[in-house]
Amino acid sequence: MTDRILVQTADFSFAAEYDWLVSGNTGDGAVVSFVGRMRDLNLGDPVAAMELEHYPGMTEKSLQALVAEARGRWQLGRISLIHRVGRLEPGDQIVWVGTTSPHRGDAFAATDFIMDALKTRAPFWKKEITAEGERWLEARGSDVDRAQRWEKNSINQQE
Amino acid sequence: MSEQTVKVLFFARLREALPEPQVQLAWPKTATVADLRAALRARGADWQALTSDLLVAVNQEMASSTAPVQPGDEVAFFPPVTGG
Repeated sequence: MTDRILVQTADFSFAAEYDWLVSGNTGDGAVVSFVGRMRDLNLGDPVAAMELEHYPGMTEKSLQALVAEARGRWQLGRISLIHRVGRLEPGDQIVWVGTTSPHRGDAFAATDFIMDALKTRAPFWKKEITAEGERWLEARGSDVDRAQRWEKNSINQQE
Repeated sequence: MSEQTVKVLFFARLREALPEPQVQLAWPKTATVADLRAALRARGADWQALTSDLLVAVNQEMASSTAPVQPGDEVAFFPPVTGG
């Protein structure tokens, strides 16, 4: 069981992160990963760039907590979670989640859960820079709905 | 000295709306998050952006308005998160 949790301004490499998950790891047959990228259009407006702010200290703690929660719910080998901060432009990678497991069901569920939990619990905030000026993004109800799927008494709980 | 104060941080839209990005506030006794918010709002018109619908963390853990705030704590107020 190994975790790799990073908050950084630098880009990350899909290939390097995949290697970290599988190198020397012959016990896990399933590898699932997710990459979130910045889009050039949001709420109908072209977006030139984005500033990602976070709460240093709490960010790392909250990411560690949701990775630990995933470990408590599914059988997982390695987990890597990388979130970038600072200035990003359309097409840039924002977030990486990778999990390994003996079984694909656990890796799929854990990766999905980590993204949903991150979007509602980790202290990151996006400010978009458009032709009309700057605007802070509002939290989306659909993200809250997705995160609630994982709560213990949810009808739609996927476990 | 630090035992008699709390450090209060603000983020994102809220940080830009307030006169200061963080404050060190005299806080000699234990009270609640709601008490701390009221003390900050009492600083004047510039501080009314500190509304009760904001999220709060005490010592970098999410907390409710009734959570205790003790001397030496770090408290943060911020809007709903939008990472990922």
